[in-house]
Amino acid sequence: MSTLVKNIVRFALFILVQVFVLDKIHLHQLVTPYIYYLFILWMPFRMKRSWQMIVAFALGFTLDSFRHHPGFHTAACVLIAYIRPFLVNLLIPQEGADTNYEEPSFKSMGGFLPYFIFTGVLTLIHHGWLFLLEAWQFGNIWYFITKTLLSTAISLLLILITELIFARKQSFRTNTA
Amino acid sequence: MRNIFLFIRRYFNLILFLFLQVISIYLIVHYSRYHNAMFSNVTGQLTGKVNEQFSRVEYYFQLKRTNDSLVKANAKLYNKLKADFNLPDTAVNMLVDSLKIDSLEAHRRYVYYPAKVVYNSVSAQNNFIVLSRGSNQNIRTGMGVIDPNTGVVGVVTDVSADYSVVMSLLHKDSRLNGKLFKTGETGTINWDGKTPNMLSLKDIPKGAKVAKGDTIISSGFSTSIPKGMMVGIVEEAVPDKSSSNYLIRFRSAANFYNLEYVYVIENRQANDIKAILDNVKKKDL
Repeated sequence: MSTLVKNIVRFALFILVQVFVLDKIHLHQLVTPYIYYLFILWMPFRMKRSWQMIVAFALGFTLDSFRHHPGFHTAACVLIAYIRPFLVNLLIPQEGADTNYEEPSFKSMGGFLPYFIFTGVLTLIHHGWLFLLEAWQFGNIWYFITKTLLSTAISLLLILITELIFARKQSFRTNTA
Repeated sequence: MRNIFLFIRRYFNLILFLFLQVISIYLIVHYSRYHNAMFSNVTGQLTGKVNEQFSRVEYYFQLKRTNDSLVKANAKLYNKLKADFNLPDTAVNMLVDSLKIDSLEAHRRYVYYPAKVVYNSVSAQNNFIVLSRGSNQNIRTGMGVIDPNTGVVGVVTDVSADYSVVMSLLHKDSRLNGKLFKTGETGTINWDGKTPNMLSLKDIPKGAKVAKGDTIISSGFSTSIPKGMMVGIVEEAVPDKSSSNYLIRFRSAANFYNLEYVYVIENRQANDIKAILDNVKKKDL
């Protein structure tokens, strides 16, 4: 399957899972699980930064139109799409790994820890910005902090489970192949 | 001029990022005040279709609960039948209504339309409900929405051709009036954005007698929801130290977790009332 088709299928699947599975689960008022933004985390290394942001905008906007109040997820998605390349540059193990592998994963980022930091930081930023925008009028700082931290923990757990169940094949690409 | 182009090329990503962020924040701020008709028409129609497909599947899992609530609503209506009362008053027995029911249609104030809930959220800070009934099926913005057991749910804010969006009571911009059934004081219903089904009633003076278990009904002040619909049951009422009002927390009558069918209420006299109010406003100016 080509990268484009694969990503289109992923886009649709992540939105459907988020809207019709995760949004229906009411764990607790402080815990809202999100997984759809894993699409942004999994975008190919070679994709242009401006395109990453535009696709993230589209992803957030699609989710927002299901929730009938556009803007919240769009803003959070664009933010992590902007920050993502900086983190990739920081955490990539050796020169050229991003040209040899297709997209971020345990293998291409060189182990569990760098990938975990990558997802953890982006999840925290995504949730923080999202809840900050949502809570603008409510203005309770401790409520905001606990909600962000607890939701981040649950979302990371979900991402870990997803990674374990849907193992992505990451073959080493060389110039000769 | 050349430097400007160089600057844009150099910082293109940052500029694009800021541009997209500004669009999103503009959407957040703009949308909560003015409901963009075009936006809701296009996306509402699309997401409505997807939601409806999913709702068809989910509906089967809720059948038992839906049925229970409909039976309860039916029992309530049966108990209101005139035939169930044997009044000693002779005046009642003498009265035979010779008017045909249809001739009363001119005096009708409220019309109830049933609608199926296709999407519903409780976990967000601003919650919405989507109904599979839109402007083609007589739904207009500003109509009130109640559940089968006359519990207030919210007000219609957006309408597309076949779907409509309801701002539920669990929304920070929702400002409906509630009234204490026993004593008649009126206040504003508010949601703090935390626990679903738990709301607060503001502006009730300390002079009012409120106790746990008291009923709160709709005031009928707005044109959307008739008077006397159930809003909730008081859970706690604490006098506020900083003002002369009570802090009242109550449990909503409608259970927002499992709405399946609702009734949308059309007020046929809403336009008359609005016309009078507009007249008054013009005179003030």
